[in-house]
Parts: sequence; structure tokens; C-alpha cells
Amino acid sequence: MSAVEFILAGMLAAATPFLLAALGELVVERAGVLNLGVEGLMALGAVVAFVIVYHGGGHILGFIAAGVSGALLALVFAFIALGFRANQVATGLAIGILGQGLAALFGKSYESLTIKGIGKIAIPGLVDLPVVGGLFVQDIVVWLSLLATLAVWATFAFTRTGLVIRAVGENPKAAHAVGYPVIAVRVAAVAFGGMMAGFAGAYAASVYTPMWADGMIAGRGWIAIALVVFGTWMTGRVFLGACLFGAVSLMSLAAQAAGLNLPSQLLSSLPYLVTILVLGIISADRRLLKLNGVASLGEPFER
Amino acid sequence: MSPRFLPTLVRRQRASLKATLLAPPLALAVAIVLNLGLYMLMGRDPVAVVHAMLLEPFLSWSSFSEVLLKTGPLLLIAQGLAIGFRAKVFNIGAEGQFILGAIFASAIPVWFPQATGGWIWPSMLLLGALGGALWASITAFWRVRLNANEILVSLMLSLVAAQLLYYLLLGPWKDPAGFNFPQSVMFQYDAIVPTLFPGTRVNVSLLIALALSLAAWVFMQKSFMGYKLQVGGLAPRAAGYAGFSEGRAIWLSLLIGGFAAGLAGAAEVAGPLGQLQRSISTGYGYAAIIVAYLGGLHPIGIIVSSLVMAAIYIGGDNAMVSANLPIAAVRVFQGSLLLAYLVAVAFVRYRLEWPHAAARSTP
Repeated sequence: MSAVEFILAGMLAAATPFLLAALGELVVERAGVLNLGVEGLMALGAVVAFVIVYHGGGHILGFIAAGVSGALLALVFAFIALGFRANQVATGLAIGILGQGLAALFGKSYESLTIKGIGKIAIPGLVDLPVVGGLFVQDIVVWLSLLATLAVWATFAFTRTGLVIRAVGENPKAAHAVGYPVIAVRVAAVAFGGMMAGFAGAYAASVYTPMWADGMIAGRGWIAIALVVFGTWMTGRVFLGACLFGAVSLMSLAAQAAGLNLPSQLLSSLPYLVTILVLGIISADRRLLKLNGVASLGEPFER
Repeated sequence: MSPRFLPTLVRRQRASLKATLLAPPLALAVAIVLNLGLYMLMGRDPVAVVHAMLLEPFLSWSSFSEVLLKTGPLLLIAQGLAIGFRAKVFNIGAEGQFILGAIFASAIPVWFPQATGGWIWPSMLLLGALGGALWASITAFWRVRLNANEILVSLMLSLVAAQLLYYLLLGPWKDPAGFNFPQSVMFQYDAIVPTLFPGTRVNVSLLIALALSLAAWVFMQKSFMGYKLQVGGLAPRAAGYAGFSEGRAIWLSLLIGGFAAGLAGAAEVAGPLGQLQRSISTGYGYAAIIVAYLGGLHPIGIIVSSLVMAAIYIGGDNAMVSANLPIAAVRVFQGSLLLAYLVAVAFVRYRLEWPHAAARSTP
């Protein structure tokens, strides 16, 4: 298999944790809330899913429980940041630290154990295509997260729900004046974001690398937040960004396989370096960020 | 329209001083109760945990001196971060700046292991501080020139710094006689900062941290530059009209934060560790964020909150041994402490108004 084929085949699976978490954060930010706790939400989801699958609960139950626990921890964020109008940056950081701590605490006795992943589903016909064939052999979660991407995109493009979320994020005072429940919409968005981060963690620990180790999320939650900026709050671009990061995180494996004699630490920092680089490139175009950015992002809402 | 049975937050005419002073101890009490509940759910004996975590650090000079030892880096980093936070510059990459400080400081004893003289440890501290500032300057450049979010960039740089540390310790800086452990050579005598009290590991860096706290207080409360920074944080637009450059505020905040964190990293390798190791930090850079907030972003408050956080670290170590509590419990405590503080501090600016009182006050 050539390096290109290898990366294409694995890209979507590697992208899935980024994608799921970033889709969640996209909705949260579109509603005008900045939740920086994604890394902790993912870690918690990862442990919950791992423990359930390890004890024979199965992947479906594992994902559900991870989603629920992510949403619950995100609701703690909502309670403090939206209910008490606390500084969203500080609250998000605290949620991140708490989530990672809880994950390490619950996961202590499961450190470095492994479980069985899930099988892959191939799309007949397309699998046999040269080079890109690998793209069409994916596990069910990958297919579902592609559907989720479409659903988020369609919600913002066509539905009243999407319109309300955007109104609440752009101009909460006006949204309130026309009768939309600003806080309730934001709380729901935060809970959705938490659920998606929980799913992302579950995928990382029970499907992608079916094991748990403290620190295994390794900054993916932060990269997901960065992806929302890269995507300038547009679903399609967030998806492309996630694919880019899926490919980048595979590059270290591909480079090793190709016998490139680079220090493994350099390859491990590649995703972070690329994040810094792309963040600089995208942000330098202030017009682009202003055009699509969420006007009231991070501002508490007061009547 | 909020439901009738829920209280609403009503903004106070002026911030409540009583609430400001009460918030941190109240948050600590709430965090303790919540965490004890968690430990009981985990089947631990709460009496043993309270004893190990909350009392033992203060019961003997030897363990209290360890608290003082941990206070040093937390105090230094938090003072640097708080200045930025007041200016609304969210440098959360102190962990990376700390690591770079440790690396820069280690360069002297690693490259010149035979060198002797009283100049060595002071130059290591200075070099470390510059290393931290240099690492932070990347974030500042990205933020000011490229408009990139400093939270994300500084955090990513922390993850890169950790990889850089591993690279050095597994490669060029590995101790050839170190049985393949990822650590540098042990530093020579003159590369270690002098201790303050015989028989303890508390060293000069605590005095430096206290002196810099005083300097931070003077800077923030008395200097025009500190005033400009705070105005920039409170009302960026007003500051802009008054000719206060936002770019300069960001550079200054990040360089101060990086300098302090780098100094802390240098003091850690030149102090209790005596070599560059893979685990030079137990999350000081992140814990210091909590210390900064818990101290109300005020230089004097931060002295108290860094002591509290240091005691939580030492107490957590104790509880790991005597109450069989995983060390991750410390992280849970840290996170819940900050959350409790953020709720408590809401009452500085707001008061709760219960529905029946609201009905009476509105005619």
C-alpha cells in the first residue's frame, strides 16, 4: 500500500474524534458560548465508554453512556457559565481540568488495558477503486459522523432551529426581544456539545485505539476547538479541517513506515505545529473571521 | 422569561467587598465537601482522607517545608499569569514556558558539567526566565501579528514543549550513565540554588517569588504601565481611544507570564530536582491558572492561594500513601475548586433575588 493509499484509508477514522468534538463545539459557539472544556469532556467520555465495553456492556451502550456523561459535565459548565454568568474561559478551563481528573480517577484501574474494537463496513463496488478504495471501508461510527456532519450543516442551512441558534449567538438581546429563550437555547447547545465530545472520546478509546491511558486524548479536544476557528464557523470547512488533521496524525505512522529517520517526538508534535501554523494563516485574514465569526461569542447574556 | 420558582441574579450597585473576601474560603469549603463526598463514594475513609490531605501538611515542619517548596513555582507562575488575565490576555501555556525555562537553565550544567563558581545558578535562573519569555513570545507574535487566539496557540506550544523535552532527554541530553532513564546528568554543586533552612529543600527561589510578588503588586497598583494594562482589560475600546496600544499590552502580558514561568522551571531543575527529568512539572502551569483566579488576580491574594494549592498537592501525596487515593484526585480537587470559586465570585457582582422578593419590589 502506498503512503497516499494508507493515509486516505485511515484519514476518516483518524479524523472522527476531531470531527465529532468540533461539530459539537461548532454548535456551542454558534449559540454564542465558548466552552474550552472539550479536552476534559472527551477524556471523561473515553473512560466511560472504555469501562462499559471492558465489562461487556457493548459499544452501543458505551457510546450512549459516554454521550450522557459528556452532556452532564457540560451542563455543569452551563450552570456556572450561563446560570451564574461566570467567565467562560475560566469555567471552560476548570471543566477541562475536572474532566481529565475524573477520567484519570475512574480510569486508574483500567490503565493500559485493551478491548476489542468494532468491525468495518465496506461499500460494495467503491471499495475496489484504485488508490481511493480504502476510503469506503470504515466502521459504522465513521459513517454516522458523516451523517452528523450533514445534519449539522442542514440544520444551520435550512431549519428554524438553526436560525434560532444563530440568532441567539449573533444578537442575544434581539433574540430575547422577539421571544426566544436565549439561556435555554444556549444550555441545550452546550449539552449537545458535551454529548458530541463524549462520543468523540468514546470513539478514541473504544474504537480508534481500543485502550485507555491517562492523557490519551493528547490535545485532540483543543485541536477540535481550533478546528472551529479554522472552519470559520462553517460546517463544511470544519469537516475538511478534521480530515486534514486526520491525515496529519497519520503522517507520523506513514513516515515511520516509509523509513524516514525523523525523531518520533517531532512527528508527535506535528498536529500541534500544524494547528499553530494554520491558526496563524486563517486568523491573519481578519475580514474572514469577522464575516463568519459569532458576534457575542463568550459574552454573558444579561437582560 | 425565567420560571417563577427560580431565583434571578440581579446586578449589585457596586461590587460587594464582603463577597470578594468570602469567595475564596467559601469555595475551598465547598470543594472540600464535594470531594469528600466523592471519596466516600469511592469507599475511602473520610477521616483518614481529611487527616492526610488537609491536616498533615501543616502538622510537621518537614511536611510544611515541602508545602513551602511547592509554593515557590505556583506563586511565580500565577503572579505572571494574573497580570495577563487582568489585561484579558489568556496565556494558558505556562506549562510549556515552564518546561522551556527548565531546558534553558539546564543547558549550562549539561554543556559545562565541570564548571564551578557562584555565578552558575543565578545565570541558570536568568537563562530559564529568558527561555520562558522566548517561548511565550511565539504566542505574542501569533496573537499580535497574525491575530491568532492566544489560548489555543499557547496551549499547543505547551504540548510541543513536552515533546521537545522528551526529545532532549531521550537523545542528545540523555545521561550516558543513567541506565537509559530519560533524564540528564545530575547537576554539579554550584548549579543548585542554596537552601534557606537546613534540613529542608526550601530554597532561595521562594524568596525570589515573594520579591516578585511585591514587584507585581507595585506594578499593578502603583505604576502607570500596570494601570494601562488593567484599563485595556476592562475596556479595550476606551483604552484604544486613550492611545493604549493593545499590541503592546499583549506583548507585555505574555513576556511577563513567560518570564515568570520560565524562572519557575529553572528553579525546579536547579532546586529540588537537580537534573532535567521527564516529569519536571506536575501540571504547575495549569494549577497556577487556578491559583491566579483563586487569589482574585491580586498579587497579595495569590500569595495565600498558592500556599493553599501547594498544601493540596502535598496533602494529595499524603492521601495517596495513607488513604490509598489515586493522585488524580488532586486534579479533580483543583478543577472543582476553581468551579466553586467561579460560582462564589458571582455573588461579588450579583445578588440572588428570590421570586417573592421580586414580586414585592416591582409595583
